[in-house]
Amino acid sequence: MSNLSVDTSKRRFLVTMTSAVGGVAALGVAVPFVMSMLPSARAKAAGAPVEVDLTKVEPGMQLAVEWRGKPVWVVNRTPEMLDLLSKHDAKLTDAASENTSQQPEYCKNPTRSIKPQYLIVVGICTHLGCSPSYRSEVAPADLGPEWTGGWFCPCHGSRFDLAARVYNGSPAPTNLVIPPHKYLSDTRVLIGDDQGAAA
Amino acid sequence: MQKLLNWVDERFPLTSSYKAHLSEYFAPKNFNFWYFFGSLALLVLVVQILTGIFLTMHYKPDAALAFASVEYIMRDVEFGWMIRYIHSTGASMFFVVVYLHMFRGLIYGSYRQPRELIWIFGVTIYLVLMGEAFMGYLLPWGQMSYWGAQVIINLFAAVPFIGNDLSEWIRGDYVIGDATLNRFFAFHVIALPMVLLGLVVAHLVALHEVGSNNPDGVEIKKLKGPDGHPLDGIPFHPYYTVKDILGTVVFLIVFAAIVFFAPEMGGYFLEANNFIPADSLKTPEHIAPVWYFTPYYAILRAIPPILGSQFPGVAAMGVAVLIFFALPWLDKSPVKSIRYRGPKFKIALGVFVITFIGLGILGVLPATPLYTLISQILSVLYFAFFLLMPWYTKNDTTKPVPERVTQ
Amino acid sequence: MKKLFFMLLALPTLAIASGAGVHLDHAPINLNDQESLQRGARVFVNYCLNCHSAGYMRYNRMQDIGLTEAQIKDNLLYAADKPGALMHVAMRTADAKAWFGAPPPDLSVITRSRGPDWVYTYLRSFYRDDSRPTGWNNTVFDKVGMPHVMQELQGHLAPVYRTEKSEDGKEHHVIDRFELVKPGKYTQAEYDALVGDLTNYLNWMGEPAKGDRMRIGLFVLLFLSVFYVVAFYLKKEFWKDVH
Repeated sequence: MSNLSVDTSKRRFLVTMTSAVGGVAALGVAVPFVMSMLPSARAKAAGAPVEVDLTKVEPGMQLAVEWRGKPVWVVNRTPEMLDLLSKHDAKLTDAASENTSQQPEYCKNPTRSIKPQYLIVVGICTHLGCSPSYRSEVAPADLGPEWTGGWFCPCHGSRFDLAARVYNGSPAPTNLVIPPHKYLSDTRVLIGDDQGAAA
Repeated sequence: MQKLLNWVDERFPLTSSYKAHLSEYFAPKNFNFWYFFGSLALLVLVVQILTGIFLTMHYKPDAALAFASVEYIMRDVEFGWMIRYIHSTGASMFFVVVYLHMFRGLIYGSYRQPRELIWIFGVTIYLVLMGEAFMGYLLPWGQMSYWGAQVIINLFAAVPFIGNDLSEWIRGDYVIGDATLNRFFAFHVIALPMVLLGLVVAHLVALHEVGSNNPDGVEIKKLKGPDGHPLDGIPFHPYYTVKDILGTVVFLIVFAAIVFFAPEMGGYFLEANNFIPADSLKTPEHIAPVWYFTPYYAILRAIPPILGSQFPGVAAMGVAVLIFFALPWLDKSPVKSIRYRGPKFKIALGVFVITFIGLGILGVLPATPLYTLISQILSVLYFAFFLLMPWYTKNDTTKPVPERVTQ
Repeated sequence: MKKLFFMLLALPTLAIASGAGVHLDHAPINLNDQESLQRGARVFVNYCLNCHSAGYMRYNRMQDIGLTEAQIKDNLLYAADKPGALMHVAMRTADAKAWFGAPPPDLSVITRSRGPDWVYTYLRSFYRDDSRPTGWNNTVFDKVGMPHVMQELQGHLAPVYRTEKSEDGKEHHVIDRFELVKPGKYTQAEYDALVGDLTNYLNWMGEPAKGDRMRIGLFVLLFLSVFYVVAFYLKKEFWKDVH
């Protein structure tokens, strides 16, 4: 073997080409394997949108439904509850719902809902994923005289008001998540799908 | 970069291993077509392990769920069908590649001294691979899975005295059931692959210790140049890496054509009856093992029961596989390669190839009296190839072997 | 156990003997004919899904044959409430066993085990046979437990026998041809077309990913051909040294 007639630039070119094509091949092979770990059709079917009949939720009460394996609360807020919402903005981390990832655009309003009366919210604390408890009473002994109703997380003590906005000083960094949803009729709401809904 | 490499080299033989096994591993320069299949076998092993890992994420080794979980992979999992078809095609292609690789060893005498251990490791890989394939085939829990396993496990029942207890112990139940499926899964996904990997490493270490054989059967290490490298050797990297890349691409074209356009391969890679869930009360009308087992199945059926015992057939089948181990000591020829052997060996090998393929075809066909007779003749020829080898290799007229490899 | 083992060894003989006799018509399979697949889906949901499940198939997968989720929900979703549900059947397995002798098999992959030609021929081969509990028999599947579900469409066929002498001199009756004793809503050609659509659908349902498979496969082979050219020249360049 003689190295006299070796065209190094041609070799380098061919090696680069082969590496490039081989790299594309490796990426292409990776695609199906990576994709196979996404939620399957079964998981998607199980996580399909959930329909809720709002007439079943009594005034002042909370109904928990399951969507994608997570608790979603539907709360029928009374006029008194709604009145209290605007009275403590200064104590809230994000009173005006500026953090856009925590609610769809159509719920960026003081009540964080499409209809002021009904709050629909994912019941998972934004701190470390516990499910907070519903405490609708005003000024109970354990939560103090300042409490005007909302959610209290038993794990690390995060506090949320009745629009699921987090109070200053809670471990939770952000308000609870409002899932995409839309009204199918006056009393029926679809949680998990807002396609074609008027915001 | 060099600094990092130095740092590693002081703690791990990275550069020296690279040199010993790739850039300064000298392989004979006259490798031909038949020398692709070793690296291709390694490629298929990697493909099977990779696809296997991802199938395990979705498969359920439970008699009540297994069949459905395979269809779940085929329908609900994104690209699950592709991963599954690659795995099922890979199983058959593994045997295609291994059979061709073994045939290469046969024609060029690659099992001869000093490569006996490479051959022994190789035959062991082949044995483990058969176990791996057999156990994997039960997992889809279709009718062929079930009844194929039923027949093979019942072979163990033919062993005198302990047979029935033995087959019950293998099944973990009185019939093939959930326990069997669960343990086959354990063997298939973890135990045998680990053994396989260890054996492949041993196979390669032994190979790189003695160096590769070649189509001329010449020991290239005997003639070294002034630089201490074999005159007829070329570094594995880059020469054989670029050549194997080409071979790999051609192989992948064939592989992809099967995966995407004929994954069932006319019922030979995926059998129609395996799309029916396992039913312990109903045997399918036509059962035959998967194609890569059929030569041995034909030998099994060819041997008639003696004194009401099926054991002779089972024993013959076992010996038919194990006899490959003895090959290095059965071959008494002064030359290795078929290129310099005489007519006796060439005829014997030709007859053996026809015999093996013939038995493979007969193993798929129904056992009519005529076919059974042919199977019996071919079985005799199969064993004659091995048992008469000392005689016909010693008395053959051989041609002189050149000093250097030919092009 | 040992006896069973010997039976299994002898079995392939029986298989060929029983399988060779029946002639199968060629099924009109066309995975690209979405209208045929959609018609077939409707027939499947209306006639088959009452007793047979397709337990690995989700309703919303029919979006692959050109139906929208709303269409699936409005026209095809009788037995389930969500489009993502599997095609299960309301009938309990135990009842099914009592009524038909054996539970009707799941049809998800029926064309992959039987082949589309068998299905196509089978569904057109029911005939009246008063010796059977259902009153029906089938030339492809003798003594089948399933009645002729689409009899109102095809009508009733009755066999006309002729006598044949076999080699040993015994006489026996053989079916010569069929007579339409009670016409159905459809002509024979219309019925064949309907079963053709149904078979086409069943075949698609056996492997819904087949279309993707072919498309991706073509792309993969094209890519590998390009890879081949590059690898070929790479090998040629380096091997100049050796030759």
